[in-house]
Amino acid sequence: MTATMPDLEQQFEQTIERDQRIEPRDWVPEAYRTTMIRMIAQHAHSEIIGMQPEGNWITRAPSLRRKAILLAKVQDEAGHGLYLYSAAETLGADRGELTAKLIAGKQKYSSIFNYPTLTFADVGVIGWLVDGAAICNQVPLCRSSYGPYARAMIRICKEESFHQRQGYELLMTMMRGTEEQRRMVQDATNRWWWPSLMMFGPPDADSSHTAQSMAWKVKRHTNDELRQRFVDMTVPQAEALGVTLPDPHLRWNAEREHYDFGDIDWSEFKQVVSGNGPCNAQRIAHRRKAHEDGAWVREAAAAHAAKLRERTA
Amino acid sequence: MVFDNAYEAITEENDSRWAFGTGFTDPLEGVDTSVPSGVDAGELEAYCLMLGDDALVFSHRLQEWCTNAPELEDEVAIANIALDLLGQARLLLARAGERGEDSYAFFRGEHEFRNVRLAELPHGDFGELIAALLVFSTWRLALLRRLTESRDPVLAAIAAKGVKEVTYHRDYAAQWTVRLGDGTDHSRERMAAGLATGWPYVDELFTPHEIEVSLAASGVAVNPAESRAEFDEVLAQVLRAATLDVPEVPGIPGVSGRTGRDGVHTESMGYLLAELQSVARADPEATW
Ligand SMILES: [Fe+2]
Ligand SMILES: [Fe+2]
Repeated sequence: MTATMPDLEQQFEQTIERDQRIEPRDWVPEAYRTTMIRMIAQHAHSEIIGMQPEGNWITRAPSLRRKAILLAKVQDEAGHGLYLYSAAETLGADRGELTAKLIAGKQKYSSIFNYPTLTFADVGVIGWLVDGAAICNQVPLCRSSYGPYARAMIRICKEESFHQRQGYELLMTMMRGTEEQRRMVQDATNRWWWPSLMMFGPPDADSSHTAQSMAWKVKRHTNDELRQRFVDMTVPQAEALGVTLPDPHLRWNAEREHYDFGDIDWSEFKQVVSGNGPCNAQRIAHRRKAHEDGAWVREAAAAHAAKLRERTA
Repeated sequence: MVFDNAYEAITEENDSRWAFGTGFTDPLEGVDTSVPSGVDAGELEAYCLMLGDDALVFSHRLQEWCTNAPELEDEVAIANIALDLLGQARLLLARAGERGEDSYAFFRGEHEFRNVRLAELPHGDFGELIAALLVFSTWRLALLRRLTESRDPVLAAIAAKGVKEVTYHRDYAAQWTVRLGDGTDHSRERMAAGLATGWPYVDELFTPHEIEVSLAASGVAVNPAESRAEFDEVLAQVLRAATLDVPEVPGIPGVSGRTGRDGVHTESMGYLLAELQSVARADPEATW
């Protein structure tokens, strides 16, 4: 007996309704598959492109302990990219094709990585704010309706949390150091604060994907909810650190029991998302070069594997 | 970390791990670091710097591969090898003396670095990386295995940890040597070219420095010349599987007989150190 379309759709709706997980072999509507592949691929691309701004400082890290921490972190991000591309492959996508789309500029990655890392303090601020914002975005995804994505997120979130702590600890150490180090931390905070708030995406009123993603429970909170949580959680951390967040409108609102904050410059966000941020071209060119430089190596591996199969056949 | 409650897990205020305890401490904490009887502390320091600088400098070249590897699996593997070697370097520099790992790494001049020149060579492509890694890890594994018998318990312990790591490094390099050698015509050419680039620096690896000879005599160090036969055998085996020939190129001399172990390096070393040391030297009073 074969299930009819309405049955399958009903089953899918029920799975979502009951908060159960969709697994790779389950039937899903084509739009769900497309949405999930797009979400997971963008996330995977972000992990991989995100290696560049911090990778920029590995060879110059000013202590061997910081070098080891940073190298391990950037390696973790490569691992995150790997699990996520694998999760996308369970939906029928192909890692090679997704990479081709990334370097052709046809799929996006998180715009935060289109900003430059200018001092070693940026490494700490990225851990604190960027990994911090990523955690706020990603913790709810551990309950995403798509099983392989949700499971990848659990593992990833554990590591992101570690990255955030390490970043914050670097900043704490720098704030106890020289005047020049404190200046670097404040300068990096000034540069990364607003782009970090933009990581949660456009305001709910302008977000094209939110409604459907919420209904399918691939997303659990709106952009603005998550952004508010991030601000609420970060302000006390900034105070403990002794840095000033660059927003004159930032203040506690006792009535709302949340921090109020100033307007985000959405024109800057749109410009960076549409491809014209400080480092968009550089990031893609770097990724393309690595991919193209490695083509002969991947071809050799495939040729060698084919020879082995032939010999054992 | 509880995931339903992750926001609290991140913001929890009384957790001392949050700001301070990330689990990285003095790698030799709690180990008896007194110099064994009859051993010259200056010689032991120099020897630890030799093996430590090999790891530190070669790790630096591997770190340069980060975000540039041909495939994500290799991105992870190369970073892993770089991390292992960095870990070995930290242990060895800590063992070298009171001065501390960072002072050795960031505040010595080029002529005070004692690594072999192979470790500092830049890698023009993946073929050169794999060739250098195959040679370096085969040599280092043979050396560390012997060093596990050292009369210095600290060196013996560092070596024992290193043996496990470098076994994997050699394996990774050997697998890629075979894939590239026995892959496409193009990859075979590039792998052979990579070997030809690194090979002139092989003889230096097995030429003992007088400090190595002296400390080997007292059972603390390893005389690298003893490992040559093992190295040749492993390389011949891997290259045979890769359908490649052992390169026949003359060893590259030093300056008046002085090479890496004596602090006489290639021109590329100055640039490597300029990068490695730039941030640390810009603000010597800073704490990181
Ligand atoms: Fe990540
Ligand atoms: Fe991260």
